[in-house]
Parts: sequence; C-alpha cells; structure tokens
Amino acid sequence: MSTAFKLLSSLFSVLLCTLCYADTEHQTLGKPADNLSSQAQWNLTITPEGKNLPVGHGSAEQGAKIFALKCAACHGPAGIGASAEPLIGEVGSLVSDYPEKTVNSYWPYATTLFDYIRRAMPIDAPFSLSADEVYALCAYILSQDDIIAKDQELNEENLPQVSMPNRDGFIAIYPDKH
Amino acid sequence: MTKPTDSRRQFLQKVALGGAFAGSFSLPVWAEQNKLDVANDLPESMRKPGKAFSNYGHPSPHEQQVIRWISANPDAPGNGVSWTPLHDLQGTITPNGLHYERHHNGVPKIDPTQHLLLIDGLVDKPLSFDVATLMRYPMISRTCFIECGGNSNSGWRSNPIQSKVGYAHGLVSNAEWTGVPLKLLLQEAGIKTGAKWVIAEGADGAALNISIPLEKLLDDAILALYQNGERLRPENGYPMRLVLPGWEGILNVKWLRQLRLTNVPAMSRDETSQYTELQTDGTARQFTFVMEAKSLITSPSLGMMLPDNPGIYQISGLAWSGRGKITRVEISADGGDTWVDAELHGPILDRAFTRFSLPWYWQGDYSILQSRATDETGYVQPSRDSLITNRGQYGFFHYNAIVSWEVTEGGDINHVYGI
Repeated sequence: MSTAFKLLSSLFSVLLCTLCYADTEHQTLGKPADNLSSQAQWNLTITPEGKNLPVGHGSAEQGAKIFALKCAACHGPAGIGASAEPLIGEVGSLVSDYPEKTVNSYWPYATTLFDYIRRAMPIDAPFSLSADEVYALCAYILSQDDIIAKDQELNEENLPQVSMPNRDGFIAIYPDKH
Repeated sequence: MTKPTDSRRQFLQKVALGGAFAGSFSLPVWAEQNKLDVANDLPESMRKPGKAFSNYGHPSPHEQQVIRWISANPDAPGNGVSWTPLHDLQGTITPNGLHYERHHNGVPKIDPTQHLLLIDGLVDKPLSFDVATLMRYPMISRTCFIECGGNSNSGWRSNPIQSKVGYAHGLVSNAEWTGVPLKLLLQEAGIKTGAKWVIAEGADGAALNISIPLEKLLDDAILALYQNGERLRPENGYPMRLVLPGWEGILNVKWLRQLRLTNVPAMSRDETSQYTELQTDGTARQFTFVMEAKSLITSPSLGMMLPDNPGIYQISGLAWSGRGKITRVEISADGGDTWVDAELHGPILDRAFTRFSLPWYWQGDYSILQSRATDETGYVQPSRDSLITNRGQYGFFHYNAIVSWEVTEGGDINHVYGI
C-alpha cells in the first residue's frame, strides 16, 4: 500500500468521523460536588426532625428585644396588625367564621419558623441574624400563645419537639387525591 | 397655498352648486394642483425617513398603557406581584416584558458565570452544573402557562372586585420555555431508592425553598434557560428556573440553585403556611399542585364599552388547564341559562393558553357574559357557588370559578357574581 493511499484513506476516515452523529445524545458534564454538598450554605433547609438546625439557643425575653428592633416595623409591636402577615394569636380560630392564619394558629411545625426566619427575615437583611437570635425570636413568638412556656429557652434539641396547635390540620392532596 | 383638502371641498361644492359647466375651464388647473400636492395627501410617515435601527425593540409609545399592574408591600417593595394585562393582549403568547411576576423578596442580580445548580441528597453522586455546561445539553421547548396558586383570589371575597380582567386574573401567563429536561440531569446524578421528593431552592433574597414530587421532575419538568426564544428575563428566573407544566407557579422555582432529593417533603413555609387551602372544617388542603381548568372572557370585559346598540361584538378569551388540553369552551350571554360552543383557535396545546372566540349580536338588552371551559379529562370549570360549596370561602388559593361580566343596557360592563 502506498504512503499516498494510506494518507488518503486516513484523511477519508477523519472526514467520515466528522460527519458522524454522536453515538450518545450528550456528554455527562456535571461536576462531582461532594464537597459542596456537605457545606452549610448548601444545607439550609431544616426538616421537621430538626435536620440542619444550627447549634444555638435563645429565650423569649431576648426574642422580645430583637422583635421590637427588627420585626415590629412590619409585623406590628405585638406581632399582628401591620403590613406583614400576622404572627401571633387567633389560636383555635380556624373553625370560626373569621379564621386567621397566624404562625401560632396555623403553622404545623416550629422548625419551619426557624427555617423561614433565617432564610428570609428580616426582609431587608436575610441571613443577617445569628442562630441564637433566631432561636430567641422563635421562643418569643411561640411563647406569646403559650405554645412553649415564657421561660423556656429553645435550642437545636428541643425546637423539633415543640407541638404546634395545628400540627394535624393538613390533608395531603398529592398523591392520593391528586 | 390652498390646501388640497380645501380644494377638494371647493370642488365638491362647485359641482353641487353649479353643475357640469363649472369644470369646463377649471379642470386643467385642478389636475395640475393634484399632481403637485399629492405628497400632502399622504401621512407624514410616508414623507420622511423613519427612525434608525434599535438594538432591542420596544412597544410603540402609543401602547404605553399596556403594562403589568404592580401590587406590592409598601414596606417591602420586592414582596408582591405584578399582573399581566390580559385585557390588552391577543393571541396566546405573553410577551416577556408582560409575564406576571410573584417575588418574595425582589429580583436578584445574578452573574451567570458565578451561578451553580447543585443536585444532591439521595443521589449516587452529587453534581454541580454551571450555565455554560448546561448550554451543551440537548434542549426541548414547551409552550405552557404558569399560574400563581393565588391568581383570581379576589373571587373568594363576598363582593365582586371591579378590576380589569388582567388585574384580577392576570397572575397567569403563557410562554415558550426552552431548556434541559430535568430528567437528564437527575439521571446523570443517579437516583437512589427511596427518593420521592425534591427540595428546590432559589438564589433570591427569600432563598425560596419548596418540595416537589420527584415523579413530576422525571415526567415533564424543564430546567428553563430561554423564554420565548431569548434568555430568561431576570424577573423570570435568570439564569435558570424550573418549569413544571400545569403545576402552580410557586413550584416553578426561579433563580434555581439547588435540587435536593429526599424521602419526605421539607414542610417549608411555602408548602404549609402558604399555598395551602383552609376549608370550613378547619383543615387545609396541602400539596394541591395542579391548576385546574379555567377560562375568562378578555373582551368584552370590565372597563370596555359596547359603543353600538345593537351591534356585533367578537367575544374573545383564554382557557387553560393544568391537566391537559382544552376540549371545549362554552359561552353564555344570559347568566348561564343557555350555552353556545365557542370556536377554539389552534394549535390547542397541552397545559397552555387556548384562545376562543364567538361573534355575538348584542341587541341592547341586559346580559351576563360567561365562559366555561372543559379539559380533556372531562373536568368542567365550576360555577362560583359550586366552588364555594366544595371548598368554603377561606381557601384563598386555587380559585377557578366561572367569571361573569354584566352588560348593562347602556353598554357598560361590570363584574358580577353570576351562578
């Protein structure tokens, strides 16, 4: 076989290849991310069991001070009645003619309160509160309706144990009645 | 110089007054004038060059009233909604600048070169994807509506709200979304046994998190990068968002940064305290993902007038269903006593806006216009009475009852509660 023929045939096969469609439809291009997955900033969601709750503690007394400073402008000095959603009171109102969905009357899990305050509040500075401050705010809000005792400090151990008044008030439509 | 219009008027007058003789000596003069002044009979736009090119086009300045209507919290201007002006639009595609918005804490500024999507949790190998990488994946396009679970919520009130149709029902829009099928990315990470839910999180100032059934993401979900052919608008999730055809807006997470596969839902704020529907017995419906069939007459509608009495009017509106295609839209002009099938304009797409129309001869009498949609599952849009009987009045979300427009003898249009 002549060198010229070899050259030509290899050139031909290169050309053929460039005309081929890909054998698989796409390359798998995701980057391994075990290191990201274990970092706190990628573990923000707190589950009802308390997974991802940071270590910390706070009391209602501390929470009241933080609330007055950072929350009352939108939520009202008593956690109700200003431009933002009401937080406190109306426990037991859901079956009445004037139901009010507050944190204390409606929310099924106290862990959700921690999760939401930390990620979204105060609205002008999300993620600005320390874990202790968030525990304190949870303690303040929940103690206003005696869901926890006024002197009970909340922490990563006991927050998931808090029993919310409307814990069993939800009917899952998905998947069975979807 | 005599204006040509004046000339023509004089000519007509002369003909009328003097008869045929008037033309015998003056005709060449008129012909000459017409030739010289023809330019003056043309609109100004034909007598000079137009504006130069533009790098990005905008609507005519005469259409400046066609806007999203913003309703936000004065203490937190990034928390609220803006409504699509459905009453000012035709066809089925919502222009990108008019797509409805629901933001929980404003529109984030995201540099696409710095943004990552992390897929982790119950997967064989956690993976991250940047935008440039995703651009190399096979993409699909899907035209579908996205509707906020809270759209039309004023319908629950005891008195009918007197807002234009888009400003009461326009938390719904319809666009062509293009992006990577989520299934490809989830399969690349490898789904572990036991994974049933996916917690999606946005990179906005509310770090919005919500749980989505894994089976929906494997079915027809898109990681959207394009909206009506161009990259997503910032207010619609730039650089990437979820699009879950037919499911409530809150699940179509914008500015998506993470999908974590789990065995149980997160019970986040937006799947417990919000987007759940309180019923009269005090229990609340949760995980009500599908937006059920709805239709609206967009014209004639509140704020418009019927100028001719009697006159023929083109009833036009939109219908859509989160369960599939629209198969029928009926129109009533007598408050629901009798119904006539409207024409459905193709293509009729699954979980997308369908335009319907029907010519209507208004004889000047008091009328109540309504539309009623049926989808391919046989689901029929309910009357308001029936919706409230089934759900109570405090559900707030998922209001899809028939909308009624009262036409008065004078041609005014008001919102009323019909059947």
